[in-house]
Amino acid sequence: MANVLTRTANNVATWVNDRVPGMMPFYRKHLTEYYAPKNFNLWYYFGSLAMIVLVNQIVTGIWLTMNYKPSAAEAFASVEYIMRDVEWGWLIRYMHSTGASAFFIVVYLHMFRGLMYGSYQKPRELVWILGMLIYLVLMAEAFLGYVLPWGQMSFWGAKVIINLFGAIPWIGGALTEWIMGDYLPSDITLNRFFALHVIALPLVLLLLVVLHLGALHEVGSNNPDGVDIKKGPKGNRWSPTAPADGIPFHPYYTVKDMVGLGFFLMICAFIIFFEPTVGGWFLEHDNYVEANRLVTPELIKPVWYYTPYYAMLRVVPHKLSGVLIMFGAIAVLFLVPWLDRSPVRSHRYKGWLTKVMLGLLAVCFIWLGKIGAGPGTDPVETIIGRVLTFLYFMFFITMPIWTRLDRTRPVPERVTTHD
Amino acid sequence: MADDSVNLGRRRFLTATTAVVGGAGALVAAVPFIKGWNPSAKAKLAGAPITVDISKIRPGEQLQYEWRGQPIVIISRTPEALAALPTVEDKLRDPGSENLDQQPSYANNIHRSIRPEILVLVGICTHLGCAPKFYPELEPQPFDSEWKGGFFCPCHKSKFDFAGRVYQGVPAPTNLVVPPHRFIDDGTIEIGVDPQGAA
Repeated sequence: MANVLTRTANNVATWVNDRVPGMMPFYRKHLTEYYAPKNFNLWYYFGSLAMIVLVNQIVTGIWLTMNYKPSAAEAFASVEYIMRDVEWGWLIRYMHSTGASAFFIVVYLHMFRGLMYGSYQKPRELVWILGMLIYLVLMAEAFLGYVLPWGQMSFWGAKVIINLFGAIPWIGGALTEWIMGDYLPSDITLNRFFALHVIALPLVLLLLVVLHLGALHEVGSNNPDGVDIKKGPKGNRWSPTAPADGIPFHPYYTVKDMVGLGFFLMICAFIIFFEPTVGGWFLEHDNYVEANRLVTPELIKPVWYYTPYYAMLRVVPHKLSGVLIMFGAIAVLFLVPWLDRSPVRSHRYKGWLTKVMLGLLAVCFIWLGKIGAGPGTDPVETIIGRVLTFLYFMFFITMPIWTRLDRTRPVPERVTTHD
Repeated sequence: MADDSVNLGRRRFLTATTAVVGGAGALVAAVPFIKGWNPSAKAKLAGAPITVDISKIRPGEQLQYEWRGQPIVIISRTPEALAALPTVEDKLRDPGSENLDQQPSYANNIHRSIRPEILVLVGICTHLGCAPKFYPELEPQPFDSEWKGGFFCPCHKSKFDFAGRVYQGVPAPTNLVVPPHRFIDDGTIEIGVDPQGAA
């Protein structure tokens, strides 16, 4: 009996392989024979976690569309309906809303990992660029999704963000009308944002993730030492030609990532079940009031993951400059591979200057995030915000200088934790 | 095949013409997709003028209407409020209403209105489109210790005086917009059309 089953399974496998001969080589190239450096640490969880969150967003998102109504008249009530009347609807929605914030948490940590270990340096510039494009599309995707419940913050947030484009000289006014399809965010706007949120941008996002991974697997993963394992000695337990410091992604890193995933899911589950709004940080209180275009909420602020850029917009006392600085703060990140002139990748072999600058960047980003989330009435805070914005840009503008000035130590030939 | 030699010149010409015609076709085919995002006929129709009754408004009060989905604010100013207008001018960005996009020519005066006491504004902050709040009292406010009445935007703290003129040092770049409007009679305003004879 067992023999028959094995034979049948083998026959099916052969049949499929004959018709898709590229399948097994693809599987081997990206999993069992993708040799990743053996010294990955905690920081290397966030890439795979981001992928898991993306899957969560897609699955829960599909389930939400089954009951959500993308019209200004019905959207708010349909979300309440999901929360109250649809069986387990509250769980699906909280998984989606918590997933959105979790996505940004892991993506920010993933990006900071790249900065710490110089993962953007040659030959991984394209990996970084594609990652930044993912980040950009993710921000657009999150913004569009935020509009869909059609609460007060959905409406007024949309209005503020869309009006940013109105600051563009000459075409600004026509452009905002074109984006909204109306003279203000309306049923028409909501309907098209729904289409973009559930179809257009997810497709772009998936394509970019495929390209991001494809580009990574072509050049190979960086590691906390910034050692180029492909240039090191050859030969490991699995292959005489593979890098000595590489281990197969599957099963070694799939198993490691599952441990990280377990911890991650525990935290997410705690949030979903006990504190889904996280005190107004993940889901804002004002968004539980239906959109009213004649009444502005007392405090309009975006969700936490945009607040650093929002703070920059707000502390600049000139509309067009504020908008340019805000978008410039994101655009400058694309240039990092060419701004870093250091001969070594990882901060482990760079000097104190790099550590101070990286710390400064983190402080600027988090502090600006705090300012952007606040009421913005304190003039002292406005001054601090301007200083932090200045320092944020200085980090990047002076990067070619301080990366060259910083004293580096020689990078070892092999990763520090080999054998 | 009578002649199997390749005419490279003709091949290049055909490739180029195909690319040009195909590219032009792609551009034209993109037009419906781009134009499809413009305000539809229904959305444009919803932008028709509205008529409002202001006969019952008293000095210091404000009325709110909706036109083109925008809040339209009509305020009646007291003599003290009108008298305060020149006193704040040195704190304003554009006291003379020199930015002509922000009001029709018939409202291009110090009180930015047809009748001095009645001011009609689009109640949308010129910064990022929030709705500024009306603070008619001429007394110190948390956001300004020398407040002479006007509008304050809760989003990004922009301040406007009693004629909707923007203060200096706030994010809003321009004065609040005065929409096209006309008096049908003493107590009725039509919003969305200019007075007869005015441009």
